Amino acid sequence: MTTAPVLDADGVRRTVRRLAHEIVESNAGVEGLVLVAIEGGGAALVQRLADEIEQFEGARPPTGSLDVTLHRDDLHRRGLPAALKPTQLPDIDGRVVVLVDDVLFTGRTVRAAMDTLNDYGRPKAVRLAVLVDRGHRELPIRADMVGKNIPTAQTDDVRVLLQEVDGRDAVVVVPGRLEA
Amino acid sequence: MTTETRPPHPPTTTSRQPAWEHHDVLDLDDFSVAEIETVLNLADRMREILDRRIARVPALRGYTVVNLFFEPSTRTRASFELAGKVLGADVLSLTANTSSVVKGESLIDTVRTLRAMRTDAIVMRHSMGGAPYLAAAHTDASIINAGDGAHAHPTQALLDLYTMRSHFGDLHGKRVVMVGDISHSRVARSDMWGLAAMGAEVVLCGPPTLLPRGLRASDRPAHAESALPAVTIETNIDHAIEGADVVMALRLQSERQQGGLLPSLHEYARLYQVTEERLAKAHPGYLLMHPGPKNEGTEIATDVASGDNSTIEEQVTNGVAVRMALLYLLSGRTEAPGEPSSEVRA
Repeated sequence: MTTAPVLDADGVRRTVRRLAHEIVESNAGVEGLVLVAIEGGGAALVQRLADEIEQFEGARPPTGSLDVTLHRDDLHRRGLPAALKPTQLPDIDGRVVVLVDDVLFTGRTVRAAMDTLNDYGRPKAVRLAVLVDRGHRELPIRADMVGKNIPTAQTDDVRVLLQEVDGRDAVVVVPGRLEA
Repeated sequence: MTTETRPPHPPTTTSRQPAWEHHDVLDLDDFSVAEIETVLNLADRMREILDRRIARVPALRGYTVVNLFFEPSTRTRASFELAGKVLGADVLSLTANTSSVVKGESLIDTVRTLRAMRTDAIVMRHSMGGAPYLAAAHTDASIINAGDGAHAHPTQALLDLYTMRSHFGDLHGKRVVMVGDISHSRVARSDMWGLAAMGAEVVLCGPPTLLPRGLRASDRPAHAESALPAVTIETNIDHAIEGADVVMALRLQSERQQGGLLPSLHEYARLYQVTEERLAKAHPGYLLMHPGPKNEGTEIATDVASGDNSTIEEQVTNGVAVRMALLYLLSGRTEAPGEPSSEVRA
């Protein structure tokens, strides 16, 4: 099933650029800022945000990535993946860490990411930037910076496609099948 | 593209699923290369967790591991205990002299009793070769062989492979020389399987009385030919070490001297001790390994044991990471191959 993208390539580009500006604005500069990807959807996005910020600020914030698998609360339901992604973090003590993910949904990944971050140090503050907020939160979590709010049904599948991973930029909502 | 709800990145497909079929870890002879790589790759991630400021994750919460040791051990037992705890599992350690074994309880009863208490994995060391196989046949808890007699020590072999791989990247064609008491060494046996699988050249060196029979091609019965990995036997240590990428000294079990296998420890040290001078013939950048516990001054000279090429302490750290990887895989909580998770990522 194909559906028209909610964001096309230009839309993704503009949204990423705006997010980059919002991140720098809320921190009043690049000083003390660290961008951390939540492994899975955030990795390519973090590099783009850092590229953008470098362009208009002349300084690139340090970046890192976080595999949150072992901190998830739903491992008993999902199973453990037999492979894990590397976690690589710059010094986060006393920094403002912006967690970056492509889609914000139940909030469970973000909770796991905050727990994982605590194993590495104590940031001055942790913020959350997402390209898409699709609703249906199951925890008291919200994003500080949102690219686009997209109303969805619980069963819909929201896909963020990025050039680096998927060969093109787009955000697509694939309608979920009706529950049997 | 299917319309199922599943994580957008990375795509979950069968081909990406790392290989893992084991319910127990008894020896490396039934591990495929892909399975060994699954363990080593995962150990990389586990190693990273060990270096965190707070090295503890809740992944195996509610998973219970029992260390059941019928023989003394420091590093293996501590290593498994820490591995389980870092992953959030509950770990308890039993030793034979404080367990009901002294009251005559059989191995099978002990294992069944532990399983009745909902133990998920039993890490077992026993003086009898094959004991973990017997245990595995009588319980559905996962059995991990932490050394059985002179037979096998698969987790040591995996940590040895991991250590070598982290230095060389690829083990193909690497010359790995094991020196010492090969016949009584379960480490050597499991290492042989693992090294052969990974494409390394295995050289065994020691006095003829401490080399197992049946390893030379000419000694083998015809039907055993394919059942043993190909190794080279060399009784002269200087020849063996020439061009070696890895020199692994094995503990000389001094009790062997009483058995008439060695004239004297002094003579053994003179002929087979791994020394700075002998290592000069090894390949530059060689690794000096020892599974521990070591008798410095017997099979290995003190200065080389703590020298620049020594990986002895690194092996100990890697051991925790490798055992974490094994417990994680054995927990059976990993996704079944080809079966995407039923829930969408948050």
